[in-house]
Amino acid sequence: MLELRDVSKVVSGEAHISHVSLTFAPGTLNVLLGPTLAGKTSLMRLMAGLDRPTDGSVWMEGQDVTGVPVQKRSVAMVYQQFINYPAMTVYENIASPLRVAGVDRATIDRKVQHAAELLHLTPHLRRTPLELSGGQQQRTALARAMVKEARLVLLDEPLANLDYKLREELRAELPKIFAASGAIFVYATTEPSEALLLGGHTAALSEGRVTQFGPTIELFREPADLITAQTFADPPLNTVAVEKKGAAFALDGGLVLQVPARLSGMADDAYTLGFQPHHLSFQPRTADAVSVEARVSVTEITGSESFVHLDFAGRRWVMLEEGIHRLEAGETVRVFLDTRHMLVFDSGGRRISANGALAA
Amino acid sequence: MARINLDDIRHAYMASPRGDGDFALKRVHHTFDDGGAYALLGPSGCGKTTLLNIMSGLLKPTEGKILFDGRDVTGLSTEERNIAQVFQFPVVYDTMSVRDNLAFPLRNRGVAPDEIERRVAEILEMIGLADRAGQKARGLTADDKQKIALGRGLVRSDVSAILFDEPLTVIDPHMKWVLRSQLKELHRRFAFTMVYVTHDQTEALTFADQVVVMNDGEIVQIGTPEELFERPNHTFVGYFIGSPGMNVIPVDVEGTTARIGAHRVALPGGAAIDAGARTELGVRPEHVRIGNQGIPVQIDRVEDTGRRKIVHALLDGRQIAAIVPEDAGVPAEPRVTFDAAGINLYANSWRVALGPAEEGARP
Amino acid sequence: MTKTWNNRAWFLVLPVLLLVAFNAIIPLMTVVNYSVQETFGNNLFFLEGTKWYQDVLTSSRFHASLLRQFTFTFIILAIEIPLGVAIALTMPRSGPWVSVCLVLMALPLLIPWNVVGAMWNIMALPDIGLLGYGLNKLGIPYNFTRQPFAAWFTVVLMDVWHWTSLVVLLAYAGLRSIPEAYYQAAKIDGASRWSVFRYIQLPKMNRVLTIAVLLRFMDSFMIYTEPFVLTGGGPGNATTFLSIDLVKAALGEFNLGIAAAMSIIYFLITLLVSWIFYTLMMRGDEQ
Repeated sequence: MLELRDVSKVVSGEAHISHVSLTFAPGTLNVLLGPTLAGKTSLMRLMAGLDRPTDGSVWMEGQDVTGVPVQKRSVAMVYQQFINYPAMTVYENIASPLRVAGVDRATIDRKVQHAAELLHLTPHLRRTPLELSGGQQQRTALARAMVKEARLVLLDEPLANLDYKLREELRAELPKIFAASGAIFVYATTEPSEALLLGGHTAALSEGRVTQFGPTIELFREPADLITAQTFADPPLNTVAVEKKGAAFALDGGLVLQVPARLSGMADDAYTLGFQPHHLSFQPRTADAVSVEARVSVTEITGSESFVHLDFAGRRWVMLEEGIHRLEAGETVRVFLDTRHMLVFDSGGRRISANGALAA
Repeated sequence: MARINLDDIRHAYMASPRGDGDFALKRVHHTFDDGGAYALLGPSGCGKTTLLNIMSGLLKPTEGKILFDGRDVTGLSTEERNIAQVFQFPVVYDTMSVRDNLAFPLRNRGVAPDEIERRVAEILEMIGLADRAGQKARGLTADDKQKIALGRGLVRSDVSAILFDEPLTVIDPHMKWVLRSQLKELHRRFAFTMVYVTHDQTEALTFADQVVVMNDGEIVQIGTPEELFERPNHTFVGYFIGSPGMNVIPVDVEGTTARIGAHRVALPGGAAIDAGARTELGVRPEHVRIGNQGIPVQIDRVEDTGRRKIVHALLDGRQIAAIVPEDAGVPAEPRVTFDAAGINLYANSWRVALGPAEEGARP
Repeated sequence: MTKTWNNRAWFLVLPVLLLVAFNAIIPLMTVVNYSVQETFGNNLFFLEGTKWYQDVLTSSRFHASLLRQFTFTFIILAIEIPLGVAIALTMPRSGPWVSVCLVLMALPLLIPWNVVGAMWNIMALPDIGLLGYGLNKLGIPYNFTRQPFAAWFTVVLMDVWHWTSLVVLLAYAGLRSIPEAYYQAAKIDGASRWSVFRYIQLPKMNRVLTIAVLLRFMDSFMIYTEPFVLTGGGPGNATTFLSIDLVKAALGEFNLGIAAAMSIIYFLITLLVSWIFYTLMMRGDEQ
């Protein structure tokens, strides 16, 4: 178990990490999700012991390891760049942590062969990393992290420099590869879709703070606040500011939305509504679906789906609709909102879950 | 703006190429229409960047000719071809201000100062850096630097074409949406000929009117996003486009029926297939329906990706993927059927047309 | 950023501290000691306070050699830095010639300083030396042991020959670190050769050039061996730079107090100018 207790890191007066508390259980996959400079790498360095927190403590298996340097912790790390020893063969690269640990020859061979097998590197063991493709180089780095059998495995955007399709393959393999080890996995990424495909738990990061931590799919469906919802939306979350008056949400420009029954208990106040792009559609999905008029600015077609960029109430919205929809820019369209999945945030950015209660 | 003709282009990085294997680019013959938005899509090493650099004039092809509006430009330099290019990693002039960076290509070409000022102001507004116009470029984030690089590509109104080499690699996901839709809008407004190189299918499909799929130095298919999705010419296109890619299942074809082990699938039509050819059925996960009818499968795992679920199942011992909507469930004894419109048939990896049943029915 | 907080690290620094103490701090303190005392041998010392410093600072001989020193350093910086950058720019960026060029460039740097002096001494001899004989043959009267200008010319030429390579190697390293995309982008932007140099190559070489200027300043300001071997400071005092003057005072005239005070002043000037250079160039870098 890895625990961060109220950890902060200040570098020359600038807070890189502020008051982060997290607990990761053994054998779990934990995603750190956030944009560049949100503090993902800083947090990983603190977990690894490469940096010492300015405040707070780091606990591993119930022991305070705050001051313990990285060499004395059981940590493996894989980076965005493909980092291998260029002069060594793939075999020696994978074996290197075991050689350092003084493991006997037979065991090394067994473990290296096993790791190579899992990562499809067996045919390349005698070659040097620079003779391999990017994907194979990163597989080598992953194999090295794997044989180390560390209790904490930190993966810092390991697939970011790979081709889209290679990413897909490795992403599917990764959880399987490490699942058997019982290690704590921490995986940093900027891409919400990657977090969703990996599953596990996710900590959403924004400006050095963890805005929410929980099962990945829960964060996506039931974000605690607006920042988490925005961090976790790709395409970006569609939002609109509204004023609740009785049974209606009043928008700028005289538009009125019916307040769904489940939220009727909310106090009259200013709110922000959030809709995921796939909860917008040209056809009503439920009988009580609300509709608005918006102006098309750009349409992007992926072959099976269309991303329609809309101008609505002075905001840029994106709608994700099944099928091919060729729309002219400037055209006005009627868009139905799936209020079952509507997210409502109060003026402080916290989500209202049902009948006016704040989300946990 | 210009129409770009690639006339039997071949390129090898070595001095005296012999076999086909020595060529990084194997015979490309294609026309990019004036004002079109194109994407070159393929895995790394497929030759897409080589092709782009040949168009921009940074590389001279070993064989073949390049024509801009019918004029042979093969021997001309990048500058003489008057193209703009945006690179994968942001290239900015560190010591210059944001404004001077944008003005640089215009000043080099002796554009009138008031014209420069007007164009630069317009671009600054477009890329959202107007408030930092006077700042030195070196202090900016990678996002902003790439915006400057994009802006420098767009600032010249008279370019023959704008070429993009994986320009959004270093951009955060949210900013990608903004920049991409801005590029689309620009294309609509000014009708630049744009060629966009990427390995990311979403970027390629959403950006381009026509996507050129490349593999191993060759063009595999050119088509609209819709065509590539619905009718992949080659199993590689089926695999490379779509996430997850197309299910490719080995089958035996008998008239208008495909046999998967003991199971039968009705084909929308018959096809003329050479004897001994390796035949496969291609069905996209989007066209696989899970329900109580059809061929029984065992569920391997279900990935909930938020807006939809990806079901990985075993059909006759073989992995297939299906996509089901957010709110849908999976029955206890699942069976799959394939949408007739989504069925493609492949012989030796190339797609065969499924005509009316009689035509394909051969003894 | 505190990367490590292992206290053992201090023990590892200890040998370096000891070494610096032995070869820098202790000798410097000895010199300071000399500079405030008068001695007549027999290990008898009398405290003189700042007398030697006043003597040195008001002596026209010191002013003259200091001026010569600055002139020399200024000339060789003005030649070697642009020349080194120019040579680096013409060197191939890749291919088999790279290593050939690098070895050729490194050669002068590998020759001991007194050998450089001796070599140029022979080269410049008016009757048999390649340079001296050649110039006289061309009708240019040249004799570096008689004409002050010829002596200066030879000393500067020798230093340029000896040290330009260092600037070349540093500048070349800076140039090599520029990604190809920058050159491609410049071509596309229609940048002239000069613009490429001004806006891409020069900014990227900024750091290494700062180091090159600093190294060449410090080295040339303390130059001793080569001119000593070549001209011995002559003709007259024409090439008597600070260091040569210092040695004359200390060993030739045995004015230990004067020489020590000169050393300290010399040291402080070097330190001050280096510091000014460094801050100016680093400030330019940060903007």
